[in-house]
Amino acid sequence: MSEYLSILIFILIGTGIVLFTFLLSRLIRPHNPYHAKNLNYECAEEPVGNSWFQFNNRFYIFALIFVIFDVEVIFLFPWAVAFGQLGLFALVEMVIFILILFFGIFYAWKKGALKWV
Amino acid sequence: MTFPVAVLELYPLFRWLSGVLESFGFSANTVLIISYAVLGVIMFSALSIIALFLVWWERKIAAHMQQRFGPMRHGWHGWYQTIMDAIKLLQKEDVRVASRDKIVYFWAPVICFVAAYLAYIVMPWGKNLIVADFNIGILYIMAVTTFTVIALLMAGWGSNNKYALLGGMRSAAQVVSYEIPMVASILTVILFVGSMSMVDIVTSQSGWIFNWFIFKLPFGPIAFVTYLIAATAEANRTPFDIPEAEQELVAGFNIEYSGMKFAMFFLAEFINMFTVSALAATLFLGGWNGWSFIPSWAWFLMKTFGVVFLMMLIRWTYPRLRVDQLMEFAWKFLVPVTFANLILAAVIKYAGWHW
Repeated sequence: MSEYLSILIFILIGTGIVLFTFLLSRLIRPHNPYHAKNLNYECAEEPVGNSWFQFNNRFYIFALIFVIFDVEVIFLFPWAVAFGQLGLFALVEMVIFILILFFGIFYAWKKGALKWV
Repeated sequence: MTFPVAVLELYPLFRWLSGVLESFGFSANTVLIISYAVLGVIMFSALSIIALFLVWWERKIAAHMQQRFGPMRHGWHGWYQTIMDAIKLLQKEDVRVASRDKIVYFWAPVICFVAAYLAYIVMPWGKNLIVADFNIGILYIMAVTTFTVIALLMAGWGSNNKYALLGGMRSAAQVVSYEIPMVASILTVILFVGSMSMVDIVTSQSGWIFNWFIFKLPFGPIAFVTYLIAATAEANRTPFDIPEAEQELVAGFNIEYSGMKFAMFFLAEFINMFTVSALAATLFLGGWNGWSFIPSWAWFLMKTFGVVFLMMLIRWTYPRLRVDQLMEFAWKFLVPVTFANLILAAVIKYAGWHW
């Protein structure tokens, strides 16, 4: 278990080093903000409105398909590790599992969900 | 006193360090924590040097492919140009948008860098040269590097800029879509190794060159090429760099970042490129295996830089894909091909038609 301690320590070290470089740059950089400089960059135009608005729902559909496939992949990892001991049963089961999901992606394809308009 | 595995190679340094620490009366656990911390700092230094070198190399390759010279002023063929660039970025003013989301805006570069950096805990740099050998190594790398998506979304959302938001959203959609074919190509390797540990993956490819998985797997070249395509997309590099398409989105998610924060995104991008190349070398090209008269870490670096060179050639050869072509290529071509390859590999492994 002590191996997994290294993740925590690496997170702390990485964050620490990044924050240290930010601090270092804060000590030596100039600091001269004014209104026009702190505006959003929109190719030198005055920014119109806020950019926190509703977004194209295409992205949502792709995220949904991704979640389904990611869960499938998580099931495939232990299957791939243990495949040598499991034999024919595991092979047939997993082929059926992948085929069911491919019916799903085929359905989404025919419905036009994979089309980026 | 159990040491991290990496200590085997760096043994004299750590024996000295642990001797000094124990003479101060620290317990074994404290010594372990400190040695992990020292490894973390060493890893950061190594990655910084590699990233600085890669930036210079990329500029030189781009220049020579376009019949230019590229950086020439600082040292021999401008070898310390990127160091000067880093020093310049350190002194730059941090221009922050007034209407930003303060917390999200600040932590995005930190998370982006840390996500890229964490993958190197399980990266086998050479024989016995690995920080910690988890038994879920490759799954851990996939899980950790995906955090980059969250950082890019945070950068896009936090800077309250339409270009940045569009870049972040596109990047999330792209990385998420290409994650599936990437993992499916990796699964063919795991299928034949029967383990997710990076050390097991490398040691099972020892011996002659035909034990490398690119040759050993049934349809190994297909798995390698699909992995490479997906990895190029994961690293947001040019045929797939719509998140930061300069001509349409100005700079994408990092448009409102300047100074050291921008440098962190830049560093993380090059570390990510090195990560996917190192994974390609480890999974398909035999990792640190090779003739024993060259040290194992040199083999690892040579193979990884070979893949990096290939990715740079691809970057400066092909034009950028459109966003709809990109998504349809992932879902309508790569996903079916990689899963068909996986099923075929499973059938062939079951039937025993392989060496």
